[in-house]
Amino acid sequence: MSFINYSSREINCKIVYYGPGLCGKTTNLQYIYKKTNPDSKGKLISLATETERTLFFDFLPLALGEIRGFKTRFHLYTVPGQVFYDASRKLILKGVDGVVFVADSQIERMEANIESIENLRINLAEQGYNLDNVSFVVQYNKRDLPNVVPLDEMKKALNPRGVPDFEAVAPDGTGVFDTLKAVAKLVIMELKKRQESG
Amino acid sequence: MLGSDLVMYEEEFKLIDAELNRLLAQANGKVVFLVDKNGQLIAATGETENLDTTSLASLTAGNIAATGGMAKLLGEKEFSILFHEGQRDNIHISIISQRIILVVIFDQRSSLGLVRLRVKKSAEVLGAIFGQLLQKVESGKGAGKSGDSPFAEITDEDIDKLFG
Ligand SMILES: Nc1nc2c(ncn2[C@@H]2O[C@H](COP(=O)(O)OP(=O)(O)OP(=O)(O)O)[C@@H](O)[C@H]2O)c(=O)[nH]1
Ligand SMILES: [Mg+2]
Repeated sequence: MSFINYSSREINCKIVYYGPGLCGKTTNLQYIYKKTNPDSKGKLISLATETERTLFFDFLPLALGEIRGFKTRFHLYTVPGQVFYDASRKLILKGVDGVVFVADSQIERMEANIESIENLRINLAEQGYNLDNVSFVVQYNKRDLPNVVPLDEMKKALNPRGVPDFEAVAPDGTGVFDTLKAVAKLVIMELKKRQESG
Repeated sequence: MLGSDLVMYEEEFKLIDAELNRLLAQANGKVVFLVDKNGQLIAATGETENLDTTSLASLTAGNIAATGGMAKLLGEKEFSILFHEGQRDNIHISIISQRIILVVIFDQRSSLGLVRLRVKKSAEVLGAIFGQLLQKVESGKGAGKSGDSPFAEITDEDIDKLFG
């Protein structure tokens, strides 16, 4: 649910990073934060446990450039991936415009990936969204590790719809901005479509 | 409200801004701001220069969302007013029209009683303005459906440029 302000000529959109515990959602935001110039970002807010697991959410406001005279802002959120934080995940998903699913490529995390994407489908449905038509991209993270699932297998399991997807190594930034760009593009195109159809 | 994006027009923005300023003065507050439930800052007034209003907006929405979740578990619809007391500053948070969050920050120059009273009055005014706004959006009378829409002619290139 975006916010279009004709008075201040701004567009605000909400993007949520979803995925199993420790898959690298927070790391994505940290990298984006590190690499964005100070004028165009706000503070990175992390509500985390003492062991740096996300407790409620991370939040990063990004001011990108202008589109047709409108300042474009993206509010990036991550959810807590640990299974028992489901109530919090539901809250963060409210009013979402675009979703990034971050998968952990390690073989032993494949089950957690599938469980998490099913959980995403259920939580979206509770809000009246359908995972099959929201603005959605998939990121296969931790490709630097030795024990990863082959790409085509991951695609088959996690991206049957064939949405834009990317291999990533979040700590060094590989794939991070490609992922963000892709979801931003989908969100804006969706806004355009909605405006046109009224 | 699913699928209905929040839209703000010049006319309503001016009305809202005027009401926030009136509330700020009458409640003797330091800062007054409005946030939508998803954490987008709508308007702010008062001593905002050294305040990170964007972060505050997001955390306020998180706070309301969390207490709303608690309310549901208790079988309450929502907790419509929250109050946090600090050493120096206090925060009064209330929900307007189930969708908008009104926040007043005040110190010892004011009091909880006064803030409560003034917020109640402003809530009615603001509620009416948002009602008008919603109607406008739904009837498609506002700008944005036609020539003025920033989306009408967006191209892939426009979007690529955003990322420099
Ligand atoms: N080797 C490697 N490590 C990674 C990669 N991405 C993230 N990590 C590490 O994985 C750990 C967890 O990353 P986080 O970003 O905190 O994970 P999260 O998804 O936010 O986890 P929750 O907050 O619990 O949901 C950290 O130690 C990261 O440095 C990657 O691509 N490769
Ligand atoms: Mg995290």
